[in-house]
Amino acid sequence: MGSLPGTFAAIPLAASLIALGPVDLAIIVIYFLFVIGIGVYLKRFANTGHDFFMAGREMTAWIAGLSFISANLGALELLGWAGSAYQYGLLAVHWYWIGAIPAMLFLGVVMMPFYYVCKTHSVPGYLELRYGPHTRSLAAICFAAMTILMSGVNMFAMAIVMQVVLGWNLHLSIWVSSLTVALYVGFGGLLSAIFNEVLQFMLIWLGALLVPILGLYQAGGWSGMVRRIEHNVAHGATYVHAWSTLGHFSTNPMGINWIGIVFGLGAILSMGYWTTDFLVVQRVMAAKDLRSAKMAPVIGAAFKMFVPFIVILPGLLGLALLPMKLYPQTYVQAHASADLFSYNDVLPLMLVRYCGPGLLGLGVTALIAGFMSGMAGNISAFATVWTYDIYRPLIRAQASDSHYVAMGRWCTVLGVLISIATAYVAMHFQSIMDYVQALFSFFIAPLFGTVVLGMLWKRATRAGGFWGLLAGTTSSIAMYLWVKFDPAALKYIALSPQAKPMAEDMFRALWCFLIGVAVTVLVSLATRPAAAVQLQGLVWGHTEIPSERGYPLLHRPIFWAALIFAGLVVLNIIFW
Amino acid sequence: MKQHVNRIWFLIGVLLAIYGVLILAAGIYNWFAPAAHPVQLAGLHSGVWWGGLLLALGLFYIGRYRRV
Repeated sequence: MGSLPGTFAAIPLAASLIALGPVDLAIIVIYFLFVIGIGVYLKRFANTGHDFFMAGREMTAWIAGLSFISANLGALELLGWAGSAYQYGLLAVHWYWIGAIPAMLFLGVVMMPFYYVCKTHSVPGYLELRYGPHTRSLAAICFAAMTILMSGVNMFAMAIVMQVVLGWNLHLSIWVSSLTVALYVGFGGLLSAIFNEVLQFMLIWLGALLVPILGLYQAGGWSGMVRRIEHNVAHGATYVHAWSTLGHFSTNPMGINWIGIVFGLGAILSMGYWTTDFLVVQRVMAAKDLRSAKMAPVIGAAFKMFVPFIVILPGLLGLALLPMKLYPQTYVQAHASADLFSYNDVLPLMLVRYCGPGLLGLGVTALIAGFMSGMAGNISAFATVWTYDIYRPLIRAQASDSHYVAMGRWCTVLGVLISIATAYVAMHFQSIMDYVQALFSFFIAPLFGTVVLGMLWKRATRAGGFWGLLAGTTSSIAMYLWVKFDPAALKYIALSPQAKPMAEDMFRALWCFLIGVAVTVLVSLATRPAAAVQLQGLVWGHTEIPSERGYPLLHRPIFWAALIFAGLVVLNIIFW
Repeated sequence: MKQHVNRIWFLIGVLLAIYGVLILAAGIYNWFAPAAHPVQLAGLHSGVWWGGLLLALGLFYIGRYRRV
């Protein structure tokens, strides 16, 4: 998911971890030239709004699926979760398995037909069709603001990482990376973003894959790694199991229990992120037909299931193999003169450990590619929502298609500039990173309740959708503030005073989802239902979904979804 | 579907082939002129076989999609 397990704001300004040679620098420069070249090449195919904002709806299932997962696979995700694996052990894998796979399959099999059949351009666009303009506007404004803030805050965090890992100038990193994204998204719109995301997906895998392969070789395989962890770390056995330590908050390094993981993360937060966050859903909406749109998240899920191999495993290998101990960032900051390393340094440290000239450049390019794919995802989604869900309905309703395309290009640049400004604000007020991350999470869980009720319950009314979304969002903010100002409230929100911040997030998501759903149901039952004709193509029971029975078994999304789900179950049993 | 959509695979092939050549060349150079402070498992010469893999993958994509 997009959330980050801990802020990068506190990374101290130490000497760089990695020294790049001429071949490494050549690899990085070629990458920048290549992605801009792709944008310039694709500009000729992005002349209409349909092309610019929806990539012409011509993507194959493979391209849409890889882009779908790549938009989420940002560099902070790679660095942050590798650090989390070092800190929490194998528990971090839940954010890739139960915290992603079921939601992606649910999107492909259940929700995608509604998004696709109604031909909407965005998630707020679906809300307009289902619940009316007020809900659309609320969702669009919240999404646009949060997306652009997240983009800027992540940009700053990435620049800090570049400074610490590579010794690069902070301002240079911010401006060069973000202007490159502005150029290629501004030229080619969503098509260019998707093309580059597929490219970035390949680079991330090929750049990061060597670390776990060589690490496992050196550790003596999985069993050798486990033996080393149990030897190196106190209570090391709790670091190599995914479920067996989740009976209570105090029996695992994360301070969470199975209820928070299954219901807070798996059922609500990840469902909200993967099925309603337009940043990722936009990629799937660009598929060329309904079968491709259903297949794309299923393909994404298959690859997502193996991402822990390049993210979680390097963190665990760091526990087993690194000669030095890594510390929380606050501790590293407090002991700046001691040349200590933080959890978030584990992936760069492993890269340096195994990658010589050329390979190191490829590994760093993978990190840069991850950052740019995440930022391009934010910017292209912002451009669409701003132009189609805010500017067109609220500011200028009657304009030509070319006017909206021009607006999309300009607000791509504007979005990047606002992101840069946010990055500089974050530089001076580093706690803003925590608040923006929290603000983003406020919106995701209630939005999932609103959208899923809209798709599956025909009795949900316009008023019910609007007030449910508003109640869910405000209750989430209220719970956050309650714990912020009265830490003792944690025992009510997370059901235990021993719960840690991660557990608080999970339970807050669960409660605000339930509040949003309850308000939607109550208000809907008290208001007049919509006529059946208004629900055509939007709701289960009023939507004709094309049958897949004509396709061979191997071409049916439901078959592959079932296979992947079975694989997920097997993996969880193996690593229980 | 317009043909330019599948152009992405050709472009990926080109980039991987370029990277493969660079990494393979750096790996061969380091084989014969080892660094003063080699990385762990340097004896496996991972740059050579990983660069070769990238080059082969890149050439495959170029060949498969050059006429798209």
